[in-house]
Amino acid sequence: MIEINNISKWYGSFQVLSDCTTSVKKGEVVVVCGPSGSGKSTLIKCVNALEPFQKGDITVDGISVTDPKTNLSKLRARIGMVFQNFELFPHMRITDNLTLAQIKVLGRNQEEAKTRGMKMLERVGLKEQAHKFPGQLSGGQQQRVAIARALAMDPIAMLFDEPTSALDPEMINEVLDVMVELAKEGMTMMCVTHEMGFARKVAHRVIFMDQGRIVEDDTKDEFFGKPRSERAQQFLSKILHH
Amino acid sequence: MIGDLDFEVIGRSLPYLLRGLQYTVQLTLVAALGGTFFGTFLAMARLSSFRPVSLTAAGYVNLMRSIPLLLVIFWFYFLAPVIVQSVMGWERPPRIGAERSAYITFIMFEAAYFCEIMRAGIQSIPKGQVGAAFALGLNYWQAMKLVILPQAFRNMLPVLLTQSIVLFQDVSLVSLLNVTDFVGASVKIAQRDGRVVEMYAFVAVVYFILCYSLSTLVKQLQRRIAIIH
Repeated sequence: MIEINNISKWYGSFQVLSDCTTSVKKGEVVVVCGPSGSGKSTLIKCVNALEPFQKGDITVDGISVTDPKTNLSKLRARIGMVFQNFELFPHMRITDNLTLAQIKVLGRNQEEAKTRGMKMLERVGLKEQAHKFPGQLSGGQQQRVAIARALAMDPIAMLFDEPTSALDPEMINEVLDVMVELAKEGMTMMCVTHEMGFARKVAHRVIFMDQGRIVEDDTKDEFFGKPRSERAQQFLSKILHH
Repeated sequence: MIGDLDFEVIGRSLPYLLRGLQYTVQLTLVAALGGTFFGTFLAMARLSSFRPVSLTAAGYVNLMRSIPLLLVIFWFYFLAPVIVQSVMGWERPPRIGAERSAYITFIMFEAAYFCEIMRAGIQSIPKGQVGAAFALGLNYWQAMKLVILPQAFRNMLPVLLTQSIVLFQDVSLVSLLNVTDFVGASVKIAQRDGRVVEMYAFVAVVYFILCYSLSTLVKQLQRRIAIIH
């Protein structure tokens, strides 16, 4: 479904991604982890071309994101993305947040879009909040709305960029629960996260990144059993010990 | 001399003065709306990653903001027709007329100032908002129109209004083109009837009342519209 082939990216002379290659199959859940500054967020943003890269190629469902002939808007509309800071549109009610892109990008009519949006909102357990503005919701609720907004577009895959790292501890689980449920339903997911409990529960594979490189790309059992690289072992021992 | 004052002159010439005030208000509104409209496009151009576009826009804005308004008014009224004539090879310079010339000048001039306000407004919106809009499949114009600009406008509304109040005062400069705006009308009456003190006092009071109450309104608005994040 997602093929990442030898991509490299530079900010000026600083290389943030070096020759990264991996893939995510249909229905697979892949967790990307690593120390901060390792390039994991940059990598996931390259998948829907929010970040440009200078070398290599990425294809999603067979469509290249670098090909100038690709209709990027159309491709992005098929890939759901959830951000660290939720990024709901604060000047719109929750309903309008949910329907905006369905109407403007997918060409659905108001009623269709609203039905679909409400269904997704119900799914994340926030049906009662539909008429509110994002600022009136808690962080965890906002992130669940953001997931519902992405799902309302009927995506073929979902990207999560540290979806819980801006949340208060007591709100992390309500978001992870939604993600676990999604994974169990067979959604193709690529998640940048440090939530190793989530990885243990639903991931098929774990990618470990350091200094812009993919250092480890293992099945879950291999990764948590004994990662090959010393760097990944260090990382795991640091984040699992408390 | 003070005993000589005759404020009746105001009452006698009120219809004429009000017509002047109407023109002033009209020019202010047109220039503020037109300036905001073109200023928004200029701001987007200045923020463009395509260098020729951003440099051209920056050049225009910096030029306008470095020349006194009075000079721009003169330039446009006296010299622009001559330049158009020689460029187009016409026999006679086009006749734009003082009032129309004032409209065009003020829109062009204010666009530069409103551009800088809108640029700050756009930059005040977190980059993630654009990312989220793009990730949902919106294109650049949709993201701007539906997500970024509404928030930028809202954040900048008090500043836009404050700039419009300054503009309202600046409009008085058109009286130099012999246009009958509020100041122009009162100057004419003052000179005709020899009632300079009375007329200028009256004009000052009217300006004060209008501008002060507007800026009080802006302050209240500022408190009310802050977006909850």
